[in-house]
Amino acid sequence: MSTLLEVSGVSVTFDGYRAIRNLSFNIGPAEMRAIIGPNGAGKTTFMDIVTGKTRPDEGRVLWGEKSISLTRMSEAKIAQIGIGRKFQRPTVFEDQSVFDNLLLSLKNKRGPFSVLFYRKTPSDTERVHALAEEIGLADQLPRKSGELSHGQKQWLEIGMLLAQEPQLLLVDEPAAGMTPEEREHTTSLLVQAAKTRAVVVVEHDMEFVRRLDCRVTVLHEGSVLAEGSLDHVTANQQVIDVYLGR
Amino acid sequence: MKRESFFARNPSVLVFIAILALFTLGVTLASEAFGAGLISTSFIKTLGKTLCLCLIAVAMDLVWGFAGILSLGHFAFFGLGGYMVGMWLMYERTRDIVVASMANAPIPPTPAEIDAAIGTQIFGVVGSSEFPAIWFFSGSLVMQLLLVLLVPGLLALIFGWLAFRSRVTGVYLSILTQAMTLALALYLFQNDSGLRGNNGLSGLQNLPGVTASQAVVSVWFLWASALALGLGYLLAAWVVSGKFGSVIRGIRDDEARVRFLGYSVEGYKLFIFTLTALIAGIAGALYYPQAGIINPAEVAPIASIYLAVWVAIGGRGRLYGAVIGAAFVSLVSSWFTGGQVPSVNLGVYTINWVEWWQVILGLSFVLVTLFAPKGIGGLFDLAQGRLVPNRHGADYGPDQGALMEREGRE
Ligand SMILES: Nc1ncnc2c1ncn2[C@@H]1O[C@H](COP(=O)(O)OP(=O)(O)OP(=O)(O)O)[C@@H](O)[C@H]1O
Ligand SMILES: [Mg+2]
Repeated sequence: MSTLLEVSGVSVTFDGYRAIRNLSFNIGPAEMRAIIGPNGAGKTTFMDIVTGKTRPDEGRVLWGEKSISLTRMSEAKIAQIGIGRKFQRPTVFEDQSVFDNLLLSLKNKRGPFSVLFYRKTPSDTERVHALAEEIGLADQLPRKSGELSHGQKQWLEIGMLLAQEPQLLLVDEPAAGMTPEEREHTTSLLVQAAKTRAVVVVEHDMEFVRRLDCRVTVLHEGSVLAEGSLDHVTANQQVIDVYLGR
Repeated sequence: MKRESFFARNPSVLVFIAILALFTLGVTLASEAFGAGLISTSFIKTLGKTLCLCLIAVAMDLVWGFAGILSLGHFAFFGLGGYMVGMWLMYERTRDIVVASMANAPIPPTPAEIDAAIGTQIFGVVGSSEFPAIWFFSGSLVMQLLLVLLVPGLLALIFGWLAFRSRVTGVYLSILTQAMTLALALYLFQNDSGLRGNNGLSGLQNLPGVTASQAVVSVWFLWASALALGLGYLLAAWVVSGKFGSVIRGIRDDEARVRFLGYSVEGYKLFIFTLTALIAGIAGALYYPQAGIINPAEVAPIASIYLAVWVAIGGRGRLYGAVIGAAFVSLVSSWFTGGQVPSVNLGVYTINWVEWWQVILGLSFVLVTLFAPKGIGGLFDLAQGRLVPNRHGADYGPDQGALMEREGRE
């Protein structure tokens, strides 16, 4: 299987603390992957590195068939080439309507001049409605997104991710603070998305990870501790010691 | 699918333009030159200048209220616009005077002699008679008008590029913009800056080659200022109404998120910073011929801070709020500082409004920031909110607010 994203030998140090240590990680074009690990394991930092927010001290981050290096690209450029990200804390533009949040995220030209002269096309409107349908916010489109419930904001953010039509979705704790029913909806959204693209999900909740039914990577102190099926990694003694046993 | 027109989606813009047109018509009909003579020429100039201040306030609202960049340097661009047009006004007028006075000389003066005489006239106050290189185009109105755009635009572009590229944000950016306007003021204060040091440029109210009286000229400038404000408002409303507005408001609220959506935040900031600098330059170019004089004190850091105060009091994040704030505060301010308000004698202390006005202004700024962050513009929301408490969605603008207020009383 070809790889979509290849992270190899990456290290990051914050004020002398090595948050990521010689981390290597690969993911294929239409693969779902869960990342678990204790607090401070470096899961969010890993996403920061891939999306260009944090620059690694050493190591390579290569993207796509042409193996483009991401380590020197700007965040905006990385997003444009097809890596979308959902943050740990839901971040939507609270002051703007659900519709505008989605429209803003649609895959279109991103330059100031094209955006200034952008005119909403019927197909874009249709796309927004379809996305809203998918994330269960079809009847909330005119509302300010700040008025949505916590779970709805999480979905909106996933919708914004899908709107970008990325090849790789990085999703940080999508189910945090959700009710069981909401979690189920979130699971199906992610599973659906992973049919056509790569999805990396960071999550603490084991039940949630189990339902994703995918390969699991366990991070600990900035590097990979174990990788494999959920049953495989949960049987690993080291994993039990540092994460599950606590 | 039906497309709504720009005005249907933004009714407040139409109302604003209508009010501006009515205002201009009213003032014209009350002027000495074109109407009943109810308003003095000097007050017409005050009103015209106020329109220019409203225009720069619209620019400030774009850059601060919508894009979240608290620039405390936009009066630098305003002043530069004024200087650029002032150079032509001063050169041409001095030339006219010099040529007229030399016309009676026995030997006709050579062009070089005329030039030297103009130079002595203009730069005598700073002990020079040479034309500095920056006056190269001062004989050409077209060129100086181009410079009204080019000089502020380029300064904003270079400054913005350096600042935004290194991701300077928040209070650090504000300080940097203050430093920029301070540096410009200090430079202009120097006698060898080429712009007459602290004397500045004067006599700008006299249009070369125009024989009409100031009463007439003042109304012309009022029209020009109103037109500029109307067009500037339209442009600003158009910029913020669509997806571009959505992006810059996103940048204001969470710039990292916008970046991860694939928008180059720096590019957008640079765009809006430069655009507003251009608007500020135009506003300044219309303001100073009405003021008659421009000097370096005009670009002092405090001027740009006042600008932020106007926009905050008027209500940032809505264009009409900025206009209301600038008009209200600057008119009240000129009333207080004009010495027309009688001092209040408290026996032990006499309140002199010229000085105390600053205190009142500062206090109202603090109060507005603390208790009415939406400013005067927020009153329109209040009027609407009473009747439609669950108004999800965008602002309707002042028109419907006013309407509902009326309905509420019935
Ligand atoms: N910008 C930063 N500056 C300094 N230290 C940082 C920075 N970002 C992360 N760290 C540190 O790096 C380590 C890894 O943090 P990270 O946020 O990646 O953990 P995580 O696995 O996402 O944890 P959680 O499950 O709590 O979200 C932590 O010790 C954190 O304190
Ligand atoms: Mg985290």
